[in-house]
Amino acid sequence: MNTPQTLSVRNLSIEFGGVHAVEDVSFDVEPGEVFAIIGPNGAGKSTIFNLISRLYEPTAGTIHYGEQNLLELPAHCVVHAGIGRTFQNIELFENATVLQNLLVGRHCHMRTNPFSNLLFLPGVRKREKQHREKVEDIIDLMEIAQYRDERISDLSYGARKNVELARALCTEPTMLLLDEPASGLNNEETDDVSFWLEDIKHDLGVTLVMVEHDMNLVGQVADRVMAINDGKLLAIGTPDEVRENAEVQRAYLGVTE
Amino acid sequence: MQFLFKTSYNDDIRFLARTGEKVRVALVIALLLAAPLMLQDYYLTELGLLLVYAIAGVGLMILTGHTGQVSFGHAGFLGIGAYAHSILMSHGVPFSLSIVLTITLAGLVGMAIGRSASRMHGFYLAIATLAFGILIETVFGEWTGLTGGYMGLAVPALKVFGIPLVQAWQQYYLDVVLALLVVWGASNLFRSPTGRSFVAVRDSELSARCLGVNVEWVKIQAFGVSAAITGLAGALLAHHLTYLAPDVFGVLESLKLMLMIVVGGMGSILGAVLGAIFISILPVALSFLKDVLPPSIGQQAGLEPLLFGVIIVIVIVFEPLGIYGRWMKLRFFFETFPYYRKSSFVRQKSYLKTERMR
Repeated sequence: MNTPQTLSVRNLSIEFGGVHAVEDVSFDVEPGEVFAIIGPNGAGKSTIFNLISRLYEPTAGTIHYGEQNLLELPAHCVVHAGIGRTFQNIELFENATVLQNLLVGRHCHMRTNPFSNLLFLPGVRKREKQHREKVEDIIDLMEIAQYRDERISDLSYGARKNVELARALCTEPTMLLLDEPASGLNNEETDDVSFWLEDIKHDLGVTLVMVEHDMNLVGQVADRVMAINDGKLLAIGTPDEVRENAEVQRAYLGVTE
Repeated sequence: MQFLFKTSYNDDIRFLARTGEKVRVALVIALLLAAPLMLQDYYLTELGLLLVYAIAGVGLMILTGHTGQVSFGHAGFLGIGAYAHSILMSHGVPFSLSIVLTITLAGLVGMAIGRSASRMHGFYLAIATLAFGILIETVFGEWTGLTGGYMGLAVPALKVFGIPLVQAWQQYYLDVVLALLVVWGASNLFRSPTGRSFVAVRDSELSARCLGVNVEWVKIQAFGVSAAITGLAGALLAHHLTYLAPDVFGVLESLKLMLMIVVGGMGSILGAVLGAIFISILPVALSFLKDVLPPSIGQQAGLEPLLFGVIIVIVIVFEPLGIYGRWMKLRFFFETFPYYRKSSFVRQKSYLKTERMR
């Protein structure tokens, strides 16, 4: 499956012990677009991501990616459907090198067999090199060649963000879920992120869904924006439409009248 | 200081890139092979036993050091290996077939344990594996028809491909060959996808899952591989012990294996081997200590486990990477001389982690 599909979420809800973290949210993400989810802290943005990556089980609703019903898949098979993701607080393999991290990103395309791996048969070496070539393409794209052999625990925060994005790209996704790609980055690094997102969208044809607080970045790259608050959908539209929306302003600023 | 110029992806797959590493490894192998010429039988047997423990250490290291799954019951797998091999051989199964069957059996038991352990973390996993260790020791003791119970079980004479290995050097070479094979195999594992998925599960189950790693299956595999290797060590250990009793494979033995990998250095194959060396020297130090200490302390029954515990705590507090970490720093010191500083190995680890789910 190498063409982006439509992600359609219908009436999605999840409760945690009586707390409605996400309530009756429906939206579509069209192939090739950049879709941003915004909202105040605790609005349920990351929860939506965790529902799409099947880390949480929804209490109601459906999620389809093209023809594929994602709710039928266990979490480790979501990536096979073509959906990759990054995490808000960076979940890299700390005690491994950048190269090893990226190679784990290729895992969904690998055949693993402990027996042939123990003996390191010629076939294993051949496939290792094929995957290495793919990884090198991503290293070139993300310009992280200088970190290739560094351990993650030796890297700066900004570099880790890039590596995590690169690792998600190594899965060759058709849709990428980015959880706050610019959080913790300075202005310059945030600009870099916006360029990369453009590159990823145009060169690789990946649909991007992102949770982001930086409204400048959202305005620059997003085609459509969805605003949520308290788990409920407030508005969907172009960045300007959503910014003008009275409900959204009330949620953010708490002003009435 | 040596700079590596990489010209092919093979350079990153190769084990020994630097000349120094090649020389060191060649030297160690040469010394191992030449040892029978230099050592008396007693020391040769001790060295063979060290290698057997190195194999067991590599087994536990794969599970605890590389996959992050604690096991306080690994002596159970050692015992399964020892008993299964002895029983099979005493029923006339030839050595080579018996070894294969033993490894398979230990691996399958490991996978079964891994199946139930794959949903447990930290404390609960430690308790569960501890319970397994105690349980299996009891089984060895009570299943008298098969294991001879607390009366013990005599291990049949060592005979490989019909050739009896009676001399110390013959048995020693068997240990050397298998130890080298295990170290090679384990190293292979960690330059291939399976090993990488183990490490991924150790460092972040969450992102491993999102990258398509079947976390539960990886844990089952890790338990299986680890138990199989430990079972092999058990089979070889049986020939060293010549007489098996259930209490040999008790909690203290599990603790000893754990001590070995903690002191050796978590997360490296070399660490397991270094830990085995440490464990082999420990009894000598212990008997020395017993002479030095006043009898009221020195003759106490619990001195050995106490010392194990104290050493584990000291290593975890002062050198979490164990002897391997020391070795790395020493090497770095000489390679970068005179630029080494005390803070060269200080790493900052202040970043937030995603709140663990489930």
